[in-house]
Amino acid sequence: MRYLPLTPEDRAEMLTIIGAPSIDALFADVPPEAHLGGPVDLPPHQGELEVERALGRLAARNRPAGAGPFFCGAGAYRHHVPASVDHIIQRSEFLTSYTPYQPEIAQGTLQALFEFQTQVAALTGLPVANASLYDGSTACAEAVMMAARVTKRSKAVLSGGLHPHYAEAAWTLAHTAGVATQRLPAAIDAEAAVLDAIDADTACVVVQTPNVFGTVTDVSLIAEAAHAAGALVVVVTTEAVSYGLLKSPGEMGADIAVAEGQSIGNPLTFGGPYVGLFACREALTRQMPGRLCGETVDAEGKRGFVLTLSTREQHIRREKATSNICTNSGLCALAFTVHMTLLGEAGLTQLAKLSHARARLLREALAAVPGAEVLTSRFFNEFAVRLPKPAATVVNALAADGIIAGVPVSRLDPAAGMDDLLIVCATETTSHADIAEFAEALTEELAQ
Amino acid sequence: MTMLAVGRPTQPEIEAGAAPDVEGHGLVQDELLIFELGGWAKTGVDLPEPERDASDLAGLTREAPIGLPGLSEPETLRHYVRLSQKNHAIDLAMYPLGSCTMKHNPRLNEKMARLPGFADLHPLQPVSTVQGALALMDELAHWLKTLSGMPAVALSPKAGAHGELCGLLTIRAALEARGDARRTVLVPVSAHGTNPATAAIAGYQVVEIAQTDDGRVDIADLAAKLGPGVAAVMVTNPNTCGLFEREVLEISRLTHAAGAFFYCDGANFNAIVGRVRPGDLGVDAMHINLHKTFSTPHGGGGPGAGPVVLSAALAPFAPAPWVVSDGAGFHLVERNEGEAAAAFGRMCAFHGQMGMYVRALTYMMSHGSDGLRQVAEDAVLNANYVKARLSGELTPAFPDGPCMHEALFDDAWLEGTGVTTLDVAKALIDEGFHPMTMYFPLVVHGAMLIEPTETEPKREIDRFCDAVLRLAAAAKAGDVARFKGAPYKAPLRRLDETAAARKPRLRWTPG
Repeated sequence: MRYLPLTPEDRAEMLTIIGAPSIDALFADVPPEAHLGGPVDLPPHQGELEVERALGRLAARNRPAGAGPFFCGAGAYRHHVPASVDHIIQRSEFLTSYTPYQPEIAQGTLQALFEFQTQVAALTGLPVANASLYDGSTACAEAVMMAARVTKRSKAVLSGGLHPHYAEAAWTLAHTAGVATQRLPAAIDAEAAVLDAIDADTACVVVQTPNVFGTVTDVSLIAEAAHAAGALVVVVTTEAVSYGLLKSPGEMGADIAVAEGQSIGNPLTFGGPYVGLFACREALTRQMPGRLCGETVDAEGKRGFVLTLSTREQHIRREKATSNICTNSGLCALAFTVHMTLLGEAGLTQLAKLSHARARLLREALAAVPGAEVLTSRFFNEFAVRLPKPAATVVNALAADGIIAGVPVSRLDPAAGMDDLLIVCATETTSHADIAEFAEALTEELAQ
Repeated sequence: MTMLAVGRPTQPEIEAGAAPDVEGHGLVQDELLIFELGGWAKTGVDLPEPERDASDLAGLTREAPIGLPGLSEPETLRHYVRLSQKNHAIDLAMYPLGSCTMKHNPRLNEKMARLPGFADLHPLQPVSTVQGALALMDELAHWLKTLSGMPAVALSPKAGAHGELCGLLTIRAALEARGDARRTVLVPVSAHGTNPATAAIAGYQVVEIAQTDDGRVDIADLAAKLGPGVAAVMVTNPNTCGLFEREVLEISRLTHAAGAFFYCDGANFNAIVGRVRPGDLGVDAMHINLHKTFSTPHGGGGPGAGPVVLSAALAPFAPAPWVVSDGAGFHLVERNEGEAAAAFGRMCAFHGQMGMYVRALTYMMSHGSDGLRQVAEDAVLNANYVKARLSGELTPAFPDGPCMHEALFDDAWLEGTGVTTLDVAKALIDEGFHPMTMYFPLVVHGAMLIEPTETEPKREIDRFCDAVLRLAAAAKAGDVARFKGAPYKAPLRRLDETAAARKPRLRWTPG
C-alpha cells in the first residue's frame, strides 16, 4: 500500500521492542464481540491509475460551469482564479500544516492570516476581522448569536432579502439557544422592512446587500434607526467582489459584517469548502467567535504573529466559550488573501466594475426577451427575472440545450410563492456570446 | 556550459568553527507584510475595460479608497513562497500532534478535487447536470456507513465541532419528537473543549463524568449521574488519553437504559477504522473528521469536514440536504418537508464540503477495506512503539497495557529539572520536529500527547524518539538553557503571547 511505509520486517521488529506478541494484542482493550474478523464489505485497495479513472468517470457525469453559457449565482459565484493562487495553496508548507499552535514554526500561516484579517477589515470597513469561519452562512448564524450575547436580547429580525439557506442556518443555531429569528417574507427590495419588526427584545437586524435577489441597498438609514432602538446591525454579503464597487458595511453603520469569501480565490466546488468573512466594531472584539491572529514580538524583539484572545475559545473556556468553533477555513482564507494580493485595490475595483458591466449587458439582453421582466432595479452582478412560466421548468429546458440559466427561487425557497422568478448572475467569466446565446434560447423557450 | 565544466569545484577554505556575525538569513528570508511592500497602485491581474459604467448605482458606490495593496505575480509568488518557508509541515518531518492525526496527504486527492467536473460545479445547478457529484456523495456515504456500521449519515457539517453540533441537535430533535425534552449532557473530564462547548450551544447543561485511575470513564460515576434528565452521553473513543474505553458496551447499555443517546466523538476513529465499527459498540451518533482519518489536508487550520453517522433511531431527524436515488438517477433532498419533515434544520448553505468529499473518497478507494484496516493497525503499532521507546526516560501517564493511536506522557520525569512541558516542546523545534500536543488532555499534569500516525516510516519515528531521548538526557543533566531559550533555530525565537493578548493588534495599520 503506497501510503503505508512500514515493512513486515519493521512491524515484527517494533512488536518485539514493544513486547507484544501480535498486532491483535495491541487491540486487547476492544471487547471481543466488537472485533471485526476481517475487512469490511468494501472493495480492496487500488492503484493510483485505477482510482483516477474511477473518479474521472464520476467527474465526467457532471457538466462543469465552464462548459458553456452559465448564469448561476445566489450565494456562490464563478470567477476566474489565477493559476498562481492554486500553486501557493498547494505548497506543502501551507497545505500540510496544522493550526498554528506553535507560532515559532508557523509564521507563514500566521502572517498570511494577519494579512487576511487586515484585508477583510479594509473591505468591510470595520476595524476587526477574525481569521475566517466555515462559510458565509455559518458566519451569519454566529453573528446572530454574538448580537444576542452583546445585547442580552433574544430576537433577531432577518430581512426577506436574506439568502434562504442563511436564514435556515441562523434559525437552526439560534433557536436551540433560545434566540428567536423572525424571518420577514421574501421581498426583492425591502431590506428596510426589518425596522418595523424591531421591538425591545431585538438583538439585531440582519440585512443583506446585494441581497439574494441582487438588490443593492444603502443600509445607513436602517442602521441609524436600528441603533436608536438598541439593536445591532448585521450586514450580510454573499458576493465579496461587490466590496470593490459598493459602499462598505462599516461605512453604512454595520456593527457586524459577514460575507461569503468564496468569490475571491476559491472555485465553486459544488458548495464547499468556502470561507466565511467576519468583521465587527472594535468594542465587540472579545465577543467574537473564531480564531484571531495578533501581532507580537519574539524573545529578541522581532515582530511575529500568534493566535490570540483564545480565552474566548472552547479549548480554554469549554462550555462558557463564545462558540464551539475550533477551526477556521485556513487554506481557503489563504487563497482569498493571495488572490486579493494579486488583485490589489486597482484589480478588485476593475473586477467589480467588469462583473457589474457584464450584468448590465445581461440585463439589456434579457429585458428584450418577450415575456421576461427584470425585477431588480439596483443590482451589482445578479438580478431577478420574472418569467411567464415556472423558472425551474425553463432552467431544465435550457439545461438540455447546454445553457445553465440561473437559480430558480423555488429551488431555494418554495414557500416564497415565487416560482416564476429566476435569479441570474454575470461575472467577468460571462462572455458576450454567452449572453447572446442565453437570450436567444430564452426567447425560443418562452415562445413555446 | 555548466560551472562544473569550468573545473572550479568549491571546497571549504577555512576551518569550520563559530560563524562570524553575518547579516543575512540564508534561504529563510525576513519578509515584510504585503502592506509594507509599496504596492498601492499595482495589480497582478490583467482585465479588460468594463463595457458599461456604474452610473446606475449612483449614491451606492464607494467614495473612499479601500486601502488594499496589490503586487505583480512575481512579487506575490515570492512573498508567499518566502512565508511558506517559515512553516513546519508534514511533508518536511514528523508532526506528532496528538489528537490531530497529522498523516500524509496524498496528492492524488488534490488532483481529483481539481477536476473541472468537481471544482467547477455550482451547488445550485440543475440536478440533471450534477449526477456524478451526487453519485460521489452517495458513494462516500456508503463507505462511511459501512466503516461505522451505522445506517445513516449527515454529510453537511463543515468541521468536527460542526459535526458534534449536528449530532447533538439530531438527538435533541429525536427527544423532542417523543415529548421528552431533557436538559443535560454528560461529558468526561478528559474530553476535548469542543464537547462541552458544543453541548452548551445545543442548549444543554454540561455535567462532567469522572475518570478512573487507568484513564477511562468512571462507570460508577456515569451510572450515578445518568437519569431521566440526561439527553446524551458524549464519549470520545479511543479517548483523549489514547486509550480504548474497555467498558464501552457497558457505557452504551447504561446510557440507553436511562433513555439517553450515546454520542461518540470520532476524532480518534483512525485508531480503529476497518477493525471496529462504532455501530457495534452501541453508538447512536458519531462525527468523523475527514481531515483526520481520511487524510484531507489540514491546510494550516481548515477547511475540515465532519459528517455524522447516525443510528436508525436518529436518522429521520438528520438535517437536509442528502442524496437519494431511484431509477431515474440521483436527487437531492434539500428542504425539511415530505420525507425530510422531521429534519432538525440546516447546518450551512448548500451541501457541505464537496471538495473534501472528493479527497476522502479518493483516499478510501486507494486504501480499500484491507488498506484501511492496515491504517488502524499501523497507527496503533507506531504509537505503541513510541511509548515503548520513550518509557524508560519519560513517564507514561498510563503505563499499563497498550495505548491506541497516541502515546500520552505526563511531566513527572521533569520533576526537579526546572524544565517544563512547554520547554520540551520548544526544544523539539530545534531538533527539527513539530512538538507533540502539550497540556492536553487537561486531566494529566503537563501532558505530552504524541500521535505518529500510520504514515510515518520507522526510521523517522526512531529519529524523533532519539531526539526526545537526547532532550530527556539534557534536562536531567541540568542543561536548562537549552530549553528555556528554545527555540534557537526556528525563524523566530519564543513569541510573547501574553503581550499579544494584553494589547491586541489584529490588523496592520500605517505608521
